[in-house]
Amino acid sequence: MRSLLPFAITSLLGTQAIAVQAAEMSIKVEVPKLNVAEYHKPYVAIWIEKPDQSFAGNLAVWYDLKKKNNEGTKWLKDLRQWWRRSGRELDMPVDGLSGATRTTGEHSLSFSGDKGVLASLPAGNYQLMVEAAREGGGREVVKLPFQWQAKGEQALTAHGSSELGTIAINIK
Amino acid sequence: MKTLRQIAAFGLIACASLSAHAHRQFLLPSATVVSGNSPWITVDAAAASNVFEFDHVALNLTPLQITAPDGSLIKAENLFTGHFRSSFDVPLVQTGSYKISLVSDALMASYKENGEQKRWRGNAADLAKALPANATDVQVSQRSSRVETIVTNGKPGGKALEPGKRGLELSVITHPNDLVAGENASFRLLLDGKPAANAKVELIAGGLRYRQQLNSENYTTDADGKFSVNWKQPGMYWLAAEVKDNQGATPPATVRVASYVLTLEVLPQ
Repeated sequence: MRSLLPFAITSLLGTQAIAVQAAEMSIKVEVPKLNVAEYHKPYVAIWIEKPDQSFAGNLAVWYDLKKKNNEGTKWLKDLRQWWRRSGRELDMPVDGLSGATRTTGEHSLSFSGDKGVLASLPAGNYQLMVEAAREGGGREVVKLPFQWQAKGEQALTAHGSSELGTIAINIK
Repeated sequence: MKTLRQIAAFGLIACASLSAHAHRQFLLPSATVVSGNSPWITVDAAAASNVFEFDHVALNLTPLQITAPDGSLIKAENLFTGHFRSSFDVPLVQTGSYKISLVSDALMASYKENGEQKRWRGNAADLAKALPANATDVQVSQRSSRVETIVTNGKPGGKALEPGKRGLELSVITHPNDLVAGENASFRLLLDGKPAANAKVELIAGGLRYRQQLNSENYTTDADGKFSVNWKQPGMYWLAAEVKDNQGATPPATVRVASYVLTLEVLPQ
């Protein structure tokens, strides 16, 4: 019995640690319907910044990855903030990050707290960054401040005005 | 020998009115920050009254040098010289930063022959031959100039921006392809590889045709050759610096004017 006690304590602590880290982040990104003659689906980058605007981690990049010879990468620099903070350091496509461009409507993404960027993200204040750039169109960045590993559930929204619609984040 | 002595004696007062020549030289790139698979850019080269407008004369592309990120010199493609501008294309096969420069280093002589004022421009080696034996009031100065722009494919960096050791050049503090409106940027100027202190720097935003005032900004480099700019508006900017000294001149010139022009692009947040 005596030898089992330390083991039981360890496993109890372990369970707690996992419970905190298993937070789940759900993001909704609305690509608005635009009444324009020539519409191209926007390139979109979704990433996390620290309050001082320094880069914390990438969540998703939607671009034209079906073009031959990786030619869709030509326009990645138009996601200007993301390009400067992270994109120019990457060799696209990146597994688990790159995705095809999405059509108009609401798109849901979910990220498990024990995987990828979130697994190594220290507790604290951050901003969710969503940047959209459309060929022959405009560009917009929407920022949504959130807390990582805060107590309780967080449900936050922000709204774009041109190239992005409602951005929502839910952490529990 | 007499000629050369005269040249040396009068060299100091040469080029008193250099800053009066009003046409601004520039290289104007189609983009400075590019991405993708071997992207291309195109560059215009001209001298104009209004920066980046084509209102005066095309620049000669003979002294064109393009340095790739690995430090090698690469060739421009599709060279063209028109009435108002020259133009060329550059495929950016490597990732990193490219330096595109028009580099010249010449002697300017003015003299009188039988009372008539004459001018000559050329290499130091040809000067003695070029001046007639009866030349008087000989004044010789050296003009070394760099007209540049810098572009980056992918991540900024590489060897192209390592300064040489001749004339007035840029030494990178804030990367020239990492400029964003609302932020500060610092630059250092070097003269023959050493900090160019007290150099006068002029900055003019493009788009002059669409505003009423020139709105040029003037800076002076500190003892370290440094100066800082706060970018208020995105756009293309023409940055020019000039120093005059009598240390670095190639004899028989006793005065050297070293000038540096850099086209910069500032992007919006």
